[in-house]
Amino acid sequence: MSSVNSTMITRPIAKLFPVFLLPITVAFLIGFVYPFLKGFYLSFCTFTTTSDAKFIGISNYIKAFQDATFVHAFGYTSLYTVVSLVLVNVLAFFLAFLLTQKIKGTNIFRTVFFMPNLIGGIVLGYIWSMIFDGVLSHYGTNILLETRYGFWGLIILMCWQQIGYMMIIYIAGIQSIPEDLIEAARIDGATKMQTLFKITLPNLMPSVTICLFLSLTNGFKLFDQNLALTGGQPFNWQADGTVVKTTEMLALNIFNTFYGQSSTARGVAQAKAVLFFVLVAAISLIQLSATKKKEVQQ
Amino acid sequence: MKNKKKCTGMISGLIVLIIASVAWVLPILLVFMNSFKKNTFVKTATFAWPSGENAAGFDNYIKGVTFGNYPFGKSVMYSVTITILATLLILLFSSMAAWYITRVNNKFCKAMYYIFVFSMVVPFQMVMFTLAKTADTLKLNTPLTIPIIYLGFGAGLAVFMFVGFIKGLPLEIEEAAAIDGCNPIQTFFLVVLPMLKPTMISVGILEIMWIWNDYLLPYLVLDRTKYMTIPIHIQYLQGSYGTVDLGAIMALITLSIIPVIIFYLTCQKHIIKGVAAGAVKG
Repeated sequence: MSSVNSTMITRPIAKLFPVFLLPITVAFLIGFVYPFLKGFYLSFCTFTTTSDAKFIGISNYIKAFQDATFVHAFGYTSLYTVVSLVLVNVLAFFLAFLLTQKIKGTNIFRTVFFMPNLIGGIVLGYIWSMIFDGVLSHYGTNILLETRYGFWGLIILMCWQQIGYMMIIYIAGIQSIPEDLIEAARIDGATKMQTLFKITLPNLMPSVTICLFLSLTNGFKLFDQNLALTGGQPFNWQADGTVVKTTEMLALNIFNTFYGQSSTARGVAQAKAVLFFVLVAAISLIQLSATKKKEVQQ
Repeated sequence: MKNKKKCTGMISGLIVLIIASVAWVLPILLVFMNSFKKNTFVKTATFAWPSGENAAGFDNYIKGVTFGNYPFGKSVMYSVTITILATLLILLFSSMAAWYITRVNNKFCKAMYYIFVFSMVVPFQMVMFTLAKTADTLKLNTPLTIPIIYLGFGAGLAVFMFVGFIKGLPLEIEEAAAIDGCNPIQTFFLVVLPMLKPTMISVGILEIMWIWNDYLLPYLVLDRTKYMTIPIHIQYLQGSYGTVDLGAIMALITLSIIPVIIFYLTCQKHIIKGVAAGAVKG
């Protein structure tokens, strides 16, 4: 009976493809499918605009791997991602733990910690560059002069922005742990620390997985904050004439290769972009299988 | 005795939270303070209260909105237009598409759904060059047409979230509507759409936050000589003017975050819920 009814619903809807699905399909072809496929093809070409492309095989990829700036950006981005991942998640969990201890007025704190997420990356970058320069100017320097200032500056900025976000996910996770589980542990004589490590954390693993992977992809994809805070400075001139921008991350490196001085490097830039896509997509796929496995266990 | 211990734990927790939230508010307060200071004092006396010789009154605001050769008001107008249009477009068409995909559910629909989901993991850098060129060729490089690009590139997450919600809706309601003589268009707009409200709010908030703050897509797609959005405007002033007026920049940043903070404080419950939903599903 229900299948009869379903076809009664389905068939008239199916006919309305032009109304329901066509508009978004057209936009999707323009805004994603075509640029994606064309971009993939162009990574095997030499070109300055999309119409003068000549197929040259994988040499763009070879050049990308030989590019000192790209290799540096990859190392720098990985280091940044690992450090920010650890700091953001530990601090976010700590705050989430405090905010679920039934202290009065915690809603205000939640509001305050989450607020930076609504401010855009460019604006965030300039807010913090003003603050860092205000501090560093007392020591006769500024954030653009040393790589470590730029690195830690970005870490502080991203902690300020992301801790509130991850905290919200951890709070939701902690609140979904059944009350009686913690009650039972207390009756059995577990200390606060034991409850935290033996009950709360293991039951929080789904939230932890989500937050870790979010931090990973956010870290690798970071662009706006990087551009606005240091824009890659300070620069380091190599013996062979290439300029390594010491605080330049992957996304910014790809952007600079595309729109930099040499328009012949666009093929290499597109090859870098494909490698970047493979990296980000791989992280997402691992996440997907990791969360699936967790669901089966529960 | 146990109560006393619990009490001191609570108080130390509260103290940590208060110190942390002061640290969280301070950067915003500093922007606000420095927007009332003369340019040279922003760097040398960043942490001083604007008073006496460093105070500039509202000079920075007046200078800021008329800076360079592009009035700030225009950027605000374009940001508002693009955000509203693109969000409405995404909400309407992705909910329609999601309903069609879930209800028809044939091979084509399944394939479309997987391509939509796939597009969520593709970083913007992968498509940015070709997307900008395509938009240029098709004349989609104005504030009134760029929403189509946003609809295309942002469709993935929206369709994914709507499909997830529609799968849980009981079919009986729509069957009843069909028996009562609704055609599918009436069923969707009169019966299904009202039920989608919670997801509409979540998706809408995610899209507003993304599009309002987005820098790179409009920077590459829009005709930059004619149109700027707020992030592009701020980056343009800071990036291309060597001796930039920091006081004026702080005034513009203040102007651009005040509406965001008001928006946040008025619907923070929905915002936090929406963002959490997007994170968990994405």
